[in-house]
Amino acid sequence: MHPLDVFRFAIGSLRSNWRRTGLIALATAIGVSSVLLLTALGEGANRYVRGQFESLGTNLLIVLPGRSETVGGPPPLLGETPRDLTVDDAYALLQHPSLQQVAPVMVGAAPVSTPAGLEREVTILGSTSEMLDIQRLQMAYGQFLPPGDPQRAASVCVLGSELAVHLFGSSTAVGQWVRAGDRRFRVIGVLADSGVTVGIDFNDLAIIPVASAQALFNRESLFRILVEAATEQDLDAGEKAIHRLIAERHEGEDDVTVIAQDSVVKTLGRVLTTLTYGVGGISAISLIVAGVLIMNVMLVSVTQRRAEIGLLKALGARLADVRRMFMVEALLLATLGAVVGLVVGLAATQVVAELYPKFPVAVPLWSIVVALSVAMSTGLIFGVIPARRAAALDPIEALSKR
Amino acid sequence: MIDLRNITKTFVLGEQQVNAVIDVDLTIGRGEYVSIMGPSGSGKSTLLNLIALLDRPSSGEYRFDDQLVTDLSDDELAGVRRHSIGFIFQSFHLVPRLTASQNVELPLTLAGVAPVRRREQVERALDATSLSDRAQHRSHELSGGQRQRVAIARAIVTEPKLILADEPTGNLDTAAGSQVVALLEELRIKQGVTLIVVTHDPDLGQRAERQIRIVDGRIAKDVHASA
Repeated sequence: MHPLDVFRFAIGSLRSNWRRTGLIALATAIGVSSVLLLTALGEGANRYVRGQFESLGTNLLIVLPGRSETVGGPPPLLGETPRDLTVDDAYALLQHPSLQQVAPVMVGAAPVSTPAGLEREVTILGSTSEMLDIQRLQMAYGQFLPPGDPQRAASVCVLGSELAVHLFGSSTAVGQWVRAGDRRFRVIGVLADSGVTVGIDFNDLAIIPVASAQALFNRESLFRILVEAATEQDLDAGEKAIHRLIAERHEGEDDVTVIAQDSVVKTLGRVLTTLTYGVGGISAISLIVAGVLIMNVMLVSVTQRRAEIGLLKALGARLADVRRMFMVEALLLATLGAVVGLVVGLAATQVVAELYPKFPVAVPLWSIVVALSVAMSTGLIFGVIPARRAAALDPIEALSKR
Repeated sequence: MIDLRNITKTFVLGEQQVNAVIDVDLTIGRGEYVSIMGPSGSGKSTLLNLIALLDRPSSGEYRFDDQLVTDLSDDELAGVRRHSIGFIFQSFHLVPRLTASQNVELPLTLAGVAPVRRREQVERALDATSLSDRAQHRSHELSGGQRQRVAIARAIVTEPKLILADEPTGNLDTAAGSQVVALLEELRIKQGVTLIVVTHDPDLGQRAERQIRIVDGRIAKDVHASA
C-alpha cells in the first residue's frame, strides 16, 4: 500500500470521527501549550533577574573589607582587626590593566533638611564620579558628581528620585541647598528612577563626594570598593590582582573579600533554569497522559472498526499495512494536538507579554523542540499497542461479528 | 483452479475438539459456477474460509491455481487474496465513511495500484454494475441492492480469477436479490471467473451448474446440474 494512501485513509478515519479527534487533540494541545507557557514564564523570570543584575553591570567586582573565611586553629592572641579600606587602596587597584574603573563607596545615615524646614533621615553614599558609569545610573536632572581629585571635599550632592520628591515636592531640586549633619550641600543633580529593585535602592538616598562623606561621618574607612573589569574575561585575573594589590598595601595581609557580581547572576540563572526545566518536566507529564488517552481512543477505535479491519485484511491488506494505518492515525492525532498546542502556547505567551510588558516572557526554543517531540513520540509509542491489536485481528471473526 | 486434498479443519472449543471440515477432497476448475449449500453448522462457512485463504486447514493440502498455498505466510496469503480473489459478503461490509467509488477502489489501493489506473478500473467496475450514477454516494445513501452491487464492483475491480459470495442475497429482498444474482451470473460469463456461492437458500443454490451439499463437515452431494 502506498504511504500516501495510508495517510489519506488515516485522515479519512480521523475526519469521520471529528468529535473524538478534536477532544483527543485537545488533550495533547493542552499538554503542549502548558509546557510552552510554563517554560516561557520560567525563562521570563530568568531573563528578568539577569536584566536586573546586568543593569548594575556584569563586569562588576565588589571589594569588602575583612576576609570571610573560616580558619581552623586556636584563636589569635590579639584580635584580628582587618585593616580598613581607604580611598587610596581603591585607586591603587587601577594599576592593574584588567581593572578599568573604581568607585570607593562609603555609607552612612544622617538627617537631611531643606531650607523650607523639611527633615528626613537619609542614607548617604560617599563616592566619586565613576559610580555613575559603574552602577549604570541615569540622571533625570542636572549632573552627577564632578570628576576630579577624590580627596577634594566638594559641597555638592546628587539626590535619588524619590528623595528629591520628598524634600522638594514638585519644585526644582537642582540648585537648592540641603543640610546634612553639620554641613551644607548644593544639589547638582537628581537620579532617574532606575526601576532596578536588586542591590542598593538608588531612589531614596543622597550621593556626596567620598571626601565629603569622610568629613561628615568623621572616618576614613570605606564600606566597599566597586571595581569594573575591562571585560568579562578579565574578571578572574582582576580578582587575583585585587587580592595581590591589597596585600601589598596591607603589609602582606590579604584581608579583603571580593565578590564577582557575575557569579551571583550565573548562580541565580542556574537556579532559575533548573526550575524552568522542572516546571517544563512536570507539564510534560500531561503529554504522557494525553498519550495514554490517544492509546485508549485508538483501542476503542480498533474495537469499533473490527468489521472494517477484517474487511481490509480479507481484501488482502498486509499486516504492516494495517499496523501502519493505525500508527499513522495515532501519530496524526498527536501531531494535530501538538500543532494546536504550539499555536495556543505561543499565543498565550504573547498575551502574557502584552499584559506584563516588564516581564520578558519568551518560549525557549528547546521547550518547543521538547514539547513537540514528546507529544509526537507519545503518539507513536502509545499507537503501537492499538496498531498491533488491529493487525492481529482475525478477519473471519472480525467480519462475522455484527 | 482449486484443489483441496484431505482437508480437515479442527476447532478447539473449551476442552472439546470439533471437526468443522473433515477429510474433504474437492477440485473446482476455472470458470465453474459452484454453489455450496448445507444447514447452519454444517461447516460450509469454514470450507469457504479455507477456500478463501482466510483460514488454514489443520491438515491436508490446498493448491490454488497450481500453487501450494498451505504453507504460505499470512502476508503471502494476503497477496493471493489481493490479486486473485474477490469477496462478496452477506452484510456487504462497505466502509461507511467512504463513497461507493472509494469502496470499490479499496482493493486497488491495498494492492498499491497507481491512482490513474485505479480510477480507470473503478469506473469500469462501476459501469459493469450499473452504478456510475451512484459513485459519490456513501453506503447509507444506497439501498441494500445497490450496496451489494457496490460490493460486487469491489470484488471484480481487481479482475480476480475467483469470486466468493457468502450468502450474497441473505440481507436483500427477493427483487434486489435476483438482480444481484443476475449480475453475478452475467459477470461470470463476461469475465470468465470462477464463481462460488455459499447459501442455504435452495432457489439460489440450484441456479449453479455444480451444487455441493455439505453435511457435518463432509461433502454429502456433489451434483453437476446440466443448465
